[in-house]
Amino acid sequence: MKLSLGAMAEPGSTRVTKTGAWRTFVPQLDHAACIKCSLCEIYCPEACIHQVDGLFVPDLDYCKGCGVCANECPRKAIEMILEEK
Amino acid sequence: MQNLFAPGHRACAGCAMPTAVKLILDAAGPNTIVASPTGCLEVISTPFPESAWEVPWVHSLFENAAAVASGIDVVMKRLGKEDTNILVIGGDGSTFDIGIGCISGMFERGHNVKYICYDNEAYMNTGVQRSSSTPFCTNTTTTPAGKVSFGNPLPKKDMPAIAVAHRVPYVATASVAYPVDLRKKVKRACGIKGPAYIQISAPCITGWNFEAGNTIEIARLAVETCLSPLYEYVNGELDGVKKVRSKKPVEDYLKTQGRYRHLFRKDGGAEVIGKIQAMADANALKFGLLD
Amino acid sequence: MADSSANAGLKLESMKVVEGSYALAHAVMCCSPDVVSAYPITPQTHIVEHLSQFVADGLMPSEFITVDSEFSALSALVGSSVAGARCYSATTSQGLALMFEVLYNVSGMRLPVVMTVANRALSAPLSIWNDHQDSMGVRDSGWIQLYAESVQEAVDLTPIAYKIAEDEDILTPAMVCMDGFILTHVYEPVQLLDLETVNEFLPPYTPKIVLDPKNPKTFGAFVDPSMFTEYRYMQCQAQNKALSAIERADREFSEIFGRSYGGLLEVYGGDDAEVMLIAMGSVSGTIKDTIDELRSDGVKVGLTRIRSFRPFPVEAIRKAVADAHVIAVIEKDVTVGNDGALVSEIKAALYNSKVGIPVIGFAVGLGGRDVTVADVKRAVAKALAAKDGRMDHEFEFLSLREELL
Repeated sequence: MKLSLGAMAEPGSTRVTKTGAWRTFVPQLDHAACIKCSLCEIYCPEACIHQVDGLFVPDLDYCKGCGVCANECPRKAIEMILEEK
Repeated sequence: MQNLFAPGHRACAGCAMPTAVKLILDAAGPNTIVASPTGCLEVISTPFPESAWEVPWVHSLFENAAAVASGIDVVMKRLGKEDTNILVIGGDGSTFDIGIGCISGMFERGHNVKYICYDNEAYMNTGVQRSSSTPFCTNTTTTPAGKVSFGNPLPKKDMPAIAVAHRVPYVATASVAYPVDLRKKVKRACGIKGPAYIQISAPCITGWNFEAGNTIEIARLAVETCLSPLYEYVNGELDGVKKVRSKKPVEDYLKTQGRYRHLFRKDGGAEVIGKIQAMADANALKFGLLD
Repeated sequence: MADSSANAGLKLESMKVVEGSYALAHAVMCCSPDVVSAYPITPQTHIVEHLSQFVADGLMPSEFITVDSEFSALSALVGSSVAGARCYSATTSQGLALMFEVLYNVSGMRLPVVMTVANRALSAPLSIWNDHQDSMGVRDSGWIQLYAESVQEAVDLTPIAYKIAEDEDILTPAMVCMDGFILTHVYEPVQLLDLETVNEFLPPYTPKIVLDPKNPKTFGAFVDPSMFTEYRYMQCQAQNKALSAIERADREFSEIFGRSYGGLLEVYGGDDAEVMLIAMGSVSGTIKDTIDELRSDGVKVGLTRIRSFRPFPVEAIRKAVADAHVIAVIEKDVTVGNDGALVSEIKAALYNSKVGIPVIGFAVGLGGRDVTVADVKRAVAKALAAKDGRMDHEFEFLSLREELL
């Protein structure tokens, strides 16, 4: 890698760092209970919950397991469980 | 929702700040340039050679983001690109204290810069030291609670009032717990000509000392206790207030955070809580937060 | 005054008697900066006042930001420069000191800002008068530093500074240093520049990567220990390249305007100098007058006038003093706790070379004290004594008023 002038960086390049390695707990979504309010997507600090084929799915490459989505889900459809590694 | 703040950034798990940035950029859109001061946001988002920013972004120093943005504004005008949003997104340390001179100059000259402060109430990036945004009797590393101290003896600086006094046409407070309101305010700011100031209440897990998942809940409690009133000033007049449906006692908020633990353990703590309650009640009265 | 190639291109009929500041502001106007951002401070004020008037009269289509401090002045230019603009500022003394952080920031971000520094002493004690302590204090900040002897040279150095700074291989900010009051407030005949001819010499500034929503980039990321050294190294490389760029720019300027100053340094007084004086800035004029007098008395004295202090022209200096018997450095600063900055750097440049002659140094003109022909003669006398092995002091304050102590 050659250094860019003045430490200029490319947009969105933090994506190479998979912060999913940080987590201890992983969110488990109960799709049946989900009312698609999208609050989990709105609140996620990693912007890693997305609607995929109509269902909200966390991107496990980046999910840090913070638990904000589980705490805020109005239907308690998300549970944080200890991740098996 | 378009996401212009990429994952892979180094923010603490559950941090309110990236949520706020995501919402800000969603409201402002891709035709936006951002200047940030040194601080948590800058550090977690741009560890060279990586950057989380999907919009053009510049960082210079700790206290000059407002001046840098002024320089960008002047060039955008010159290029006929006045519709480009120019934002400063910075923390309370650089906003309330070290950067206030540059901010005053930027406000006073009427630049088309929207200054958005994510307020976590201390110098968090350097280790939770007190800033002039730190509320009364809060434990920080430079105003620690101790045998003869309840922590920060001074009240929070009223930065929005300073913006209003500079005749900034749009001044608002917001919270990560009220995302629709936050986006609406950012959109409103981007829609007016001239400077704007938005202050976003953003709890800090490391500095306020609470479990990662509770960030939004705590931000909501700050609003529901009337400690963080949500309002708008347009051309110097109070224009919009988010009413609090069921006001909660400040204890409900204070007990959730380790930084107020001493108020529940020390002799005289109850008296301090009473003073904080009085501040919340004064906010409710001043802004008409209750029906 | 003996003729030099600097005067060769000057025609009395086309020169105007103007204040130094006016000539400088006029030169800035001819460089077509996009953004001017400056805060008033004596003795720079007339420069920015003239620039404001040019803008107000529609003569200069630049943006002028009336900033709230020098710190804001240069900070605003960080934003403007990264947005793609050609930028200008001017300051001195306290203002330059206030910008300290931003100077390092601008050079580290490789932004080709040009700034006039109207050299002035630093408080405390407070002084509005000239010396070089201000620009010496920031010699490590990564900026190119060029020193003018005359108003004409300061004028000519302005487009030259832009040309060097904006060179794709250099991209380093540059300060043009002119002595406060002595050059800023003097009225003398000057050949003003003109826009058309400057445009022949200085191409427009067209940076490739700027703040642009259509091509978003991040500027100013933080760099960890594994890569920081290489960034500093690249800056040093760029300053190295500036050595030849400065000489090239002097030649190119001469081809178009007919005036040359010798590149990195100017040698005066013949090539048989036994006593070589070294100095920067306007004091060189007094030194040249002294040399003329002493030469007619048979003293073989010469002057090597340093024009580029950063990059420091080590090779050129070694060559210029190769045949001298003693060097006397006359400078308007003192790095308190050691000697003057210039004499220290001269000695460092010569230490590992074949030039093994005595070097003595003098602090003169601090806080605006007048430097006279008599003062320079005393310095030469001390140099002659040092040449013969009688060096009382390696560095001293020339014309110290003992009666006040």
